[in-house]
Amino acid sequence: MHLVDNVLLNLVLATLIKFVGFVLVFVMGVATVLTWAERKYSAVLQNRVGPNRANIGNVRAGGLLHMLADPIKMLTKEDFIPNTPNPILFRIAPLLAFVPALLVFAVIPYGPGDNFQVSNTSLGILFIFAIGSLNVYGSVIGAWASNNKWSLIGGLRISAQMISYEVAIGLSLCGIFMIYGSVDLQDIARQQGSLILGFIPAWGIVLQPVAFILYMACAIAENKRAPFDVGEAEAELTAGWWTEYSAMGFAVFALSEFIEIILIGCVGTTLFLGGWTIPFLHGDAWWIVVLEVGGFLLKTLFLIWLQMTIRWTLPRFRYDQIMRLGWRIMLPIALLNLVVTGIVLTFIERA
Amino acid sequence: MTTTASQKLTQLRSELRTEEAEIVNDKMIINMGPSHPATHGTVKFLLTLDGETVDDVDITIGYLHRGFEKMAEAGTWQQVLPYTDRLNYVSPLINNVGYVGVVEKLWGVEITPRAKYIRMLISELSRLTDHLTSIAAGALELGGFTPFLYGVEAREALYPLVEELTGARLTTSYTRIGGLAKDIPEGYEAHMEKALQHVEGLVVKVDKLLTKNRIFYDRMMHTGVVTQEDAISTGCTGVMLRCTGVDWDLRKHQPYLAYNELDFDVIVGSRGDNYDRYLCRMEEVGQSIKMIRQIFKQMPGGPINVGDWRVCLPPKDAVYNSIEGMIAHFKLVTEGHQVPPGEAYFAVEGGNGEVGFHIVSQGNGRPYRVKVRPPCFYAMGALKKMIVGHMLADIIPTFDTLNMIGGEVDR
Repeated sequence: MHLVDNVLLNLVLATLIKFVGFVLVFVMGVATVLTWAERKYSAVLQNRVGPNRANIGNVRAGGLLHMLADPIKMLTKEDFIPNTPNPILFRIAPLLAFVPALLVFAVIPYGPGDNFQVSNTSLGILFIFAIGSLNVYGSVIGAWASNNKWSLIGGLRISAQMISYEVAIGLSLCGIFMIYGSVDLQDIARQQGSLILGFIPAWGIVLQPVAFILYMACAIAENKRAPFDVGEAEAELTAGWWTEYSAMGFAVFALSEFIEIILIGCVGTTLFLGGWTIPFLHGDAWWIVVLEVGGFLLKTLFLIWLQMTIRWTLPRFRYDQIMRLGWRIMLPIALLNLVVTGIVLTFIERA
Repeated sequence: MTTTASQKLTQLRSELRTEEAEIVNDKMIINMGPSHPATHGTVKFLLTLDGETVDDVDITIGYLHRGFEKMAEAGTWQQVLPYTDRLNYVSPLINNVGYVGVVEKLWGVEITPRAKYIRMLISELSRLTDHLTSIAAGALELGGFTPFLYGVEAREALYPLVEELTGARLTTSYTRIGGLAKDIPEGYEAHMEKALQHVEGLVVKVDKLLTKNRIFYDRMMHTGVVTQEDAISTGCTGVMLRCTGVDWDLRKHQPYLAYNELDFDVIVGSRGDNYDRYLCRMEEVGQSIKMIRQIFKQMPGGPINVGDWRVCLPPKDAVYNSIEGMIAHFKLVTEGHQVPPGEAYFAVEGGNGEVGFHIVSQGNGRPYRVKVRPPCFYAMGALKKMIVGHMLADIIPTFDTLNMIGGEVDR
């Protein structure tokens, strides 16, 4: 009995430590830096200076202090609640967006073995889809509870868009599951460490290039960022579904958007960029493990950079064009990709 | 027993069906503006939306009315000029040129060749700022923040030149009846050439980011279509008319100043949609840059003001040192220009089309009536047909390529 308690205690403690380490320190840390990086990077693209005014004494640190100044501002601003019949829904909507976005990081393998995964469940990617798709409730309930027509239109657009792209994103990843024969993320990552023909890393992007493009496009659409930000569409819907949110409610929504950027990066890395594996480098030595975790972070940062570049380059779709793209282009291509993958796999197995 | 149960079920089903039938087809009435990101220049759209489709729209203008035409009757002829800066505030210099042009027409004053060229120069400079602003704002409203800032940067490269010439970015008041406030400064051509090269580089960037961008193309192509008949019958001019395929440019077809001495093309579209208007503006930016270079090459020397002291203020030297100069200055400032009685209409090709001024004089040194013909006012008449039946999101690029300027429409 005593022994069982100890094992349980150890498990809980280990999970807690891993949660703090990966989710709170890594994810929240990167998300906070992203609030600054996004503005600074867009400024670089647009020949601007970007944020540089927050200071302590004479220290400005290239605008890095904005990461500190923003939360202080958000926390001390008036937390406005519109004249709505659903003030409680209005309050909990940001949490509904925020909590699922954080939860899914539990199954991401940041490195080899259980030590680098908060919870090693064999459900893996299915868990991400199940929890990740709860995200839509946050936006839609927030839009509904705002009691504002612009928000309502934005909420309607978002719900339709997110549900449509959920289908395409799921199908685009099926090819990966077929090739690696697993939905366990740790397993998929480990298999990508092997080589094809002795020199090509067996990364998902090599085996499933079409799926990678589909995944990135659908994932950005899922995250409702430009060019898929029809729900926000500041030119036509003022600010769409989060028009009425101010202070911390708005900040939590914005932060969950940044967290999802990281999530897209993490999942994309795990499934398509070899996860934590580094080609031609295997072993259990501590420095290899450090390199592998570092490699994972680097690949994730690359995908985050890719998303930001897309965000600041392309104009916005129209709502019906997004739906057409999702159902008439993305979905058939995903299905076709699946069929081709199936045929090729069958031939390889026969041969 | 069974029959009653099934009957009840049928009844319940039919009730459900009627309820369902009552739920649908509820149209949403929503106010877009006057304070809304898309309605810059303050205009109000009262939209009736059927889902995302615009079922009906009631467009209200007048939120920026300042009584320009009435104010113009209060001062002397020259004192009206600063008001014209505030008409189309993106290209104030063209308004300046148009207003003094009509006074000179009524009076029969022939300005010097150099003044003509400088007036063409400032017109084209203003056309550049106007078109660049329109293109940039259009990109912004479609979510393209980067091309927007490139466009604004190009505009900001040109504003220092306006400032160098007139001392102000917006409140230029540069022209004078019978000439100009001052001659172009030293080294102006070199500054202009540097700025134009900068602008050309940025326009290429904007072009690369937008013109062949599939998303931008889909948003602009076949949206906000105005037919040739509608454009003509509502009195559209400028890009709004040319995009439908009508070859009509006042600079070419009613040449004023010395436009007949310049070599330039009139850019004409064919479909009358947003994409055509965007392309027309992009091409006209190139034409204007070409024309500015030509103007500098052909610029004649000589005075900028007519020598007649009843029309133009005498030089300061004469004012301080001769009694004739002193009297001429005094009379011109206090009594105003003695424009003979009568009326006249004169129009210039502005950023958005025909900027016309109709004046009536009673010969007492003050305008009896000044009527402005703003191009946007007539374009707004065609707007309703362009957006009804299309999607909510199409209003944004349509309203932008129409390029309504509140100061001009409401006066």
